Amino acid sequence: MITEVGVWLIFLLPMGSFVLTGLVIRPLMNRYSSVAGHLTALAIAGSFGLSLWALISVANDSEAVTFSPHSWLEVGRVVVNVTALVDPLTAIMLVVVTGVSLMVQIYSIGYMRGDPGYARYFAYMSLFTASMVGLVISGNVVQLYVFWELVGLCSYLLIGFWYHKPAAAAAAKKAFIITRIGDFGLLLAILYLLFNVDAFASQGLNPLEISDIHKAVAIPGLLATSVVTWLAVGIFTGAVGKSGQFPLHTWLPDAMEGPTPVSALIHAATMVTAGVFLVARFFPLFQQSEVAMNLVAIVGGFTAIFAASMGLVMNDIKRVLAYSTVSQLGYMMLALGVGAYGPAIFHLFTHAFFKALLFLGAGSVSHASGTFDMRFMGGLRASMPWTYGTFLVGSLSLAGIFPLAGFWSKDEILASASVSSSAVGQLVFWLAVIAVFMTAFYMFRALFMTFEGRFKGGAEADPAADGRGQVHLAESPAVMTLPLVALGIASVVIGFLSNAIMDVGLVPEHWLSHFLDVEANSFSLAIAGVSTVAAVPGIALAYVMYVSKLLPPARISKRMRLAHVLLSRKYYFDEIYETALTKRVFYGVAAQALDWADKAIVDGSVRAIGYFGRNVGRAMAHAQSGQLQGYGIVIGIGVIAIFAVMLFLR
Amino acid sequence: MTSHDIYLLSPELATAGLAGLLLLVDLVIRRKGWLAPAAVLGLAAPLAFTILLWLDLDAGRSLASDGILSESFVVDRFSLFFKFLLIGSAAVVMLMSGGYARQVQRFESAFYALALFSTSGMMLLASSVELVTIYVSLELTALPIAALAAFLADGRSSESGLKFLILSGISSALLLYGMVLVYGFTGATVLSEVGARIVDIGLDDGLPFGSYALLFGVVLIIAGFGFKITAFPFQMWAPDVYEGAPTSITAFLSVASKAAGFAVIMRVFYVAFPIEALAIEWSAIFAALAALSMTVGNLVAIAQSNIKRMLAYSTIAHAGYLMVGLAAAAVRVETPQADVGPSGSLFYLGGYAVTNLAAFAAVVAVSRRTGTDELGSFAGLGRRAPLLAAALAFAMVSLTGAPPTVGFMAKIYIFGAAVNAGLAWLAIVGVLNSVVSAYYYLRVVRVMVLSAPRDETPIRPPLPVGLALFITTAGVLAFGVYPAPLIQFARAAVSVLL
Repeated sequence: MITEVGVWLIFLLPMGSFVLTGLVIRPLMNRYSSVAGHLTALAIAGSFGLSLWALISVANDSEAVTFSPHSWLEVGRVVVNVTALVDPLTAIMLVVVTGVSLMVQIYSIGYMRGDPGYARYFAYMSLFTASMVGLVISGNVVQLYVFWELVGLCSYLLIGFWYHKPAAAAAAKKAFIITRIGDFGLLLAILYLLFNVDAFASQGLNPLEISDIHKAVAIPGLLATSVVTWLAVGIFTGAVGKSGQFPLHTWLPDAMEGPTPVSALIHAATMVTAGVFLVARFFPLFQQSEVAMNLVAIVGGFTAIFAASMGLVMNDIKRVLAYSTVSQLGYMMLALGVGAYGPAIFHLFTHAFFKALLFLGAGSVSHASGTFDMRFMGGLRASMPWTYGTFLVGSLSLAGIFPLAGFWSKDEILASASVSSSAVGQLVFWLAVIAVFMTAFYMFRALFMTFEGRFKGGAEADPAADGRGQVHLAESPAVMTLPLVALGIASVVIGFLSNAIMDVGLVPEHWLSHFLDVEANSFSLAIAGVSTVAAVPGIALAYVMYVSKLLPPARISKRMRLAHVLLSRKYYFDEIYETALTKRVFYGVAAQALDWADKAIVDGSVRAIGYFGRNVGRAMAHAQSGQLQGYGIVIGIGVIAIFAVMLFLR
Repeated sequence: MTSHDIYLLSPELATAGLAGLLLLVDLVIRRKGWLAPAAVLGLAAPLAFTILLWLDLDAGRSLASDGILSESFVVDRFSLFFKFLLIGSAAVVMLMSGGYARQVQRFESAFYALALFSTSGMMLLASSVELVTIYVSLELTALPIAALAAFLADGRSSESGLKFLILSGISSALLLYGMVLVYGFTGATVLSEVGARIVDIGLDDGLPFGSYALLFGVVLIIAGFGFKITAFPFQMWAPDVYEGAPTSITAFLSVASKAAGFAVIMRVFYVAFPIEALAIEWSAIFAALAALSMTVGNLVAIAQSNIKRMLAYSTIAHAGYLMVGLAAAAVRVETPQADVGPSGSLFYLGGYAVTNLAAFAAVVAVSRRTGTDELGSFAGLGRRAPLLAAALAFAMVSLTGAPPTVGFMAKIYIFGAAVNAGLAWLAIVGVLNSVVSAYYYLRVVRVMVLSAPRDETPIRPPLPVGLALFITTAGVLAFGVYPAPLIQFARAAVSVLL
């Protein structure tokens, strides 16, 4: 049975590693910066162990693992607590975050070796892991918001890790600004909770405690439906920004400018799933509002195929994976939207492992070829057998091929959507099936372009590489391949093991569903058939286009020119946002107006206050003559004035 | 006087005893350097007694006196809160005092002894529940301070001491007149009896002089206590006295003396002038005085170039913020959150104490070296003494009321209390005042960081001053990040008043 100290240690271990690395190792003993990597990995290994303990404790007795809130600040009726909330959702997230983070840190020890910012890198990674843990154990919305912003900050710092690269600096800024738009919605929702403090207080509940919010929505009539809907919409806006859902998806592909392990940990496995986590965290609230649920389902379903369609034509391997991540997050959202809480978390869980695997595989590939552009790769299968093997496993899992992890979780989402009786449910089911086809195609397109055929020169042939990358065609060192193998094994087995359709040895049937306390979906052969029928042609099409060359890609892109241009320009969303919205509307109109208001009204009133203050202050300072008689007279006048006012008030 | 009574009085007795002991020891020892550490460490005794009394209350033991103290002196959580605050402030002030006491070597023990006598008076004041006892305690706090203010024996210091003595005399006289009028109306001096009589008789305009006499008495009492807490318009002594006195005594005046003043004001107004009969009047008066004090204090502070004078006006402004908590008292009858106002004042006092002591400790460290209190002498401090400058800057941020400092939390809390009490206008005045105050607080930071130093030699504060600065700065940060313990302490303290 995990203690509260144990729970906080999951957070404090990486935080301590951040403090040590950031405040001691980097400024004082950067010559020994190699310690930083091992320290970080060790701290996170400790957190991972404690997370497993938390998972087991919750699994054994999920009711009893509750901790009382600690009062942090009380102002009138508003009480802000610090609470450790450990429920099944938290436990699953903890294992995902610390488990994937551990693999990524070990991999990073090899991948980042020799980088001048080695200690800084691990300091940021520790801070990120600590913040992410803090986010998932938050039992209070203010606490949650603090960590929500902290993971955003870490994302910004790590995308712009190579800040001397203009593209990285720009991508970091873009990620920060666009996610901030979503965060504003979350902030409004939190403030809106405070407006309802009376309704909560009438039942002895605290509007900022998450468990109290769940209790409040369960009481009929306590909160009006419109209140619940607006709260849910605000929270979902935050989730849309963080999880790169349409229309705030544009930052995530650009975020690939950061180091590849960062992309694997933050922009694939953990931080971007925080949006899904957030919706899941407030799921009882969403369930009370049909409008909000439909919104989540439609945004998720649309994002799933919208992002996948752009993944079809990207040439940068990390961008393919980035669009795939956006698309898979859309899957999870649509699952939540149709009420399939269990399948959404199940997919989040499996996706974290195989998507981290794919990103680390991409990093390994570029370690050898010096580039991320797949047009200059090819034929790497022979020189990189471990990377190839694990990448293949990850691709099959993502494509949803039996019996890998992705198959089981994706099928549960499809099954949930298919049984949904609403029109929205039917719509998103078919969107999801189309996305399965696209996913299989782009993933195997990437696999074939990278590993099959002949090698096309890597960094030496890539004009964009500027001779920065080096080509040395060999397998990556063991410190990098071992995490790949570990994640590869996970990508094979965790889908079946964690939510098995029958009893297997130690693990009972539908363990995860029971753990999350949701109704288990029975396995449907029809759904499995549909998804396989959608996925296999995708793989086959990729094969005939990129391996057997029966259908040369060039011919197809010429035939479908318009569509190809539209997709590779990402539907012109960057242009719409940057040129039309930012430059025209924002800089052109809003900024001009604000500039005037700032100069005339704000500066003017500040200057007026300053002028008034200085002069009145000087005048009053003159009254301070140093003469005692004067002081006595002021006291006397004061007494009479107060008495007069008192009589007047009566 | 039973032994139980002595136990109840033990924190005060230990403090005064320590003062007497220091005077005696001074006669026999030669190494006078031991006096300062002895004064600081000796405060452990009153602290220990205060903790014992608090534990007795926690254990539910009765601390009511059955002897001569029974009507005049009470030990409750409210008075113990202030005793902790006063002992802590006194210890920090002692740490900062070393150099000043040594300037007048023959009287070093007298310096500490006077400060301790004054502290014991303040502690008595926090426990007094009877008008005559209050008056006597008040005099015990004030007279040693007059001597301490004049301690440096130069022109400014003597002027400071004399001004304090005379004006404190005037205010005591006003207070005494006020008490007499209240006694004349009610026939009682014990606060709870005064309160009961006022409720019985009621305010009746038909009574010749009756209710007017009482109200005038209340106004005079406000004037007498207003002097202690430097509330407008009774604040004019503060800048002159603060500037001339030794800096550690200025710190003592601005923190401990003000805290004791608030303790007695709250006790008198909550117990003797109960809300049912009078409160609407006095909370409105305090609201007006609060707004005026902060505005006057902040505006005049802008024009100052001497940092001690600037801090003097700043304490006037903070007296205004503190009175917001008193003004919010009227909410008591209406909502279950009755204690936000008074507990806000106590929480603010605690935060203000650590912040202001930190600021003064930094000023002591610098002016001891440069020999002047002019703001210009802080130029380039960021380079001459980075840690010292950082601590002073942090204290300035806390006085402004920006995170992550206790000043921020305290302002949030107390302005929240004002809004809760329907005094949104006062909260707005407070926030605007905080904005204005940023102008002169942050000017200190600007001078330290941006101006070129006149001489580059590094400044190292003496160990005790550095220790005082470290403890108080840690407090500013700790309560700024995690204020809950202090808030709970304050709420427990005010629960006895409501």
